[in-house]
Amino acid sequence: MDKPFDNRAWLLVLPAFLIVVFTAVIPLMTVVNYSVQDTFGNNQFFWNGVGWYKELLDPGSELGGRFYASLGRNFIFSAIILALEIPLGIVVALSMPREGWTVAATLVILALPLLIPWNVVGTIWQIFGRSDIGLLGAALNAIGINYNYVSNPFDAWATIIVMDVWHWTSLVALLCYAGLKSIPDAYYQAARIDGASRWAVFRAIQLPKMSRVLLIAVLLRFMDSFMIYTEPFVVTGGGPGNSTTFVSIEVVKIALGQFDLGKAAALSLVYNLIVLIVCWVFYTVMTGQRAEPGHRAEGGAA
Amino acid sequence: MARIDFEALAHSYAGADAAPESYALKEMTMTWRQGGAYALLGPSGCGKTTLLNIISGLITPSSGRILFDGEDVTHLPTEKRNIAQVFQFPVIYDTMTVAQNLGFPLKNRKLAPDKIAQRVAEIADMLDLTSVLDRKATGLTADAKQKISLGRGLVRADVAAILFDEPLTVIDPHLKWQLRSKLKALHRALDMTMIYVTHDQTEALTFADTIIVMHDGRIVQSGRPADLFEQPEHTFVGHFIGSPGMNFIPAEIDGTVARLAGQTLSLATRYPSIPAGTKVELGIRPEFALLTHGPDGLRVQVDRIDNTGRARIARVRLGGCKMSVTVHNYMTLAGSDAFVRFNLSKIHIYADSKRVESAHG
Repeated sequence: MDKPFDNRAWLLVLPAFLIVVFTAVIPLMTVVNYSVQDTFGNNQFFWNGVGWYKELLDPGSELGGRFYASLGRNFIFSAIILALEIPLGIVVALSMPREGWTVAATLVILALPLLIPWNVVGTIWQIFGRSDIGLLGAALNAIGINYNYVSNPFDAWATIIVMDVWHWTSLVALLCYAGLKSIPDAYYQAARIDGASRWAVFRAIQLPKMSRVLLIAVLLRFMDSFMIYTEPFVVTGGGPGNSTTFVSIEVVKIALGQFDLGKAAALSLVYNLIVLIVCWVFYTVMTGQRAEPGHRAEGGAA
Repeated sequence: MARIDFEALAHSYAGADAAPESYALKEMTMTWRQGGAYALLGPSGCGKTTLLNIISGLITPSSGRILFDGEDVTHLPTEKRNIAQVFQFPVIYDTMTVAQNLGFPLKNRKLAPDKIAQRVAEIADMLDLTSVLDRKATGLTADAKQKISLGRGLVRADVAAILFDEPLTVIDPHLKWQLRSKLKALHRALDMTMIYVTHDQTEALTFADTIIVMHDGRIVQSGRPADLFEQPEHTFVGHFIGSPGMNFIPAEIDGTVARLAGQTLSLATRYPSIPAGTKVELGIRPEFALLTHGPDGLRVQVDRIDNTGRARIARVRLGGCKMSVTVHNYMTLAGSDAFVRFNLSKIHIYADSKRVESAHG
């Protein structure tokens, strides 16, 4: 069969191409351009080659030290967030109602935190946790727990983690719930006939059927928590000391505080690359688990 | 191994207070004998699946009792009932291998691992699954998956009955035959009660020794395939079994004479008088009605002649009533006028859809 060839078809791609160029390619290349130059203001730039990258990756330098320290905080934070939100989200999804008016009510309540803008969430918790007037902070201090996120690094971390769990566990729960709803009743009936315990039903049916949405949940929560900026910026401003200064906060400090555009650009690019690599590793590991030897590719099979 | 008894069993999804006519399963008392191969046949929504789920315990009936070997199990949960069920779509546990799938019911019942392995090997051998035992079950074809579903039922030594809920729906036609004969062979070898739900009469007729036809929540007839074919107790059975279904012609019966659309027909037996006001019909299968050139028989108009492959079937009109009748291969027809001759011993008379017993003598 003859396929019609007409190169004018490329014109149809043009609008999308232009949009991508102006929203992604040009800004990204600007950052790449900054990262190989040094500036002292006045829009004057000097060529610096890979100098910033060398400095960034050298733990001995001032920039490298800050980078590795904040990167470490990022990994610890994301690990804690995933370890808390994924299991919690699954538990919430499992205990959600399956039918009746309570379904709608539960969904609305769960969606509420997701609808609140990041900086508002930060502000809410900033006030909520204050030890003088905040409900949480004042209450904790009143019962004798010395809690102060402004001066105590542990309290600051706890506040940010609890805030993130409050804000984002809903997302994991909703994704898992969608996965659970797609399991036909016959599976549960068969499992009852097979005499499966509650735990066996979870391991044999629910978890495998949720694995696809769980992969999405893990990726989303990793990326989001790894790129966290607004909430710690609003609540702790990166402190006390540098204890909650994540890479994103460091980037903004360098770019806007010190106006070191070159350093900040190099840091941004490396940061971006790390997010990409970690997501790729997650994806490969989690999809690779399913495709074990003996698994025949079956087109279209669920 | 068990005999299953229903005692005045009925079920309504709206609860026991619902109007009796709205019950999904109307009150019934019956016995499923141990080792029988039953097919539950009926159109969608006739209550087949409800009945199956009551036996397996997924549904508790609104009223009545269900007994296994005389023991009341009405309120016993599924897992305590020794019932295996194969569903319409294959249910397999994705993350497990075929062997783990087959062993799952035994593992849940805390059997020793070596006992499980031994039993799984036996069942795999029986179902021709030995070569794929170590494979993940997800990658297999639909018929292999359905065999695994069945195997999970068979693997338990204590299974009293296996229930099949339209198990061949997703199987390719050429594999349906294989799987069905496998089931038949298993039934013979294992002496288990098997209850097979389907709306496909070919499936029912080839699998079962007893066919139970359901209609609107009731069992309208149960019997051997031949009984259902030759002596339908209800017009619904006549319609549903056979292809094309039985012909039903409005008639007036007077002793040994039937009047059909202004023509008279002498019957082989005498019928008792039927009360006025009931709808009386004469039933005859197309296989027992033959198109002829006359001059004896009933005069009909031929609409068309279909070749179904096995036989030629003429669609004819007797007065205003449409019928299907057999046409011999050598018969040719000029014009649309013809005659139909009935095999008189195969005629049945129905009053308000139920068969009327002839008054012998």
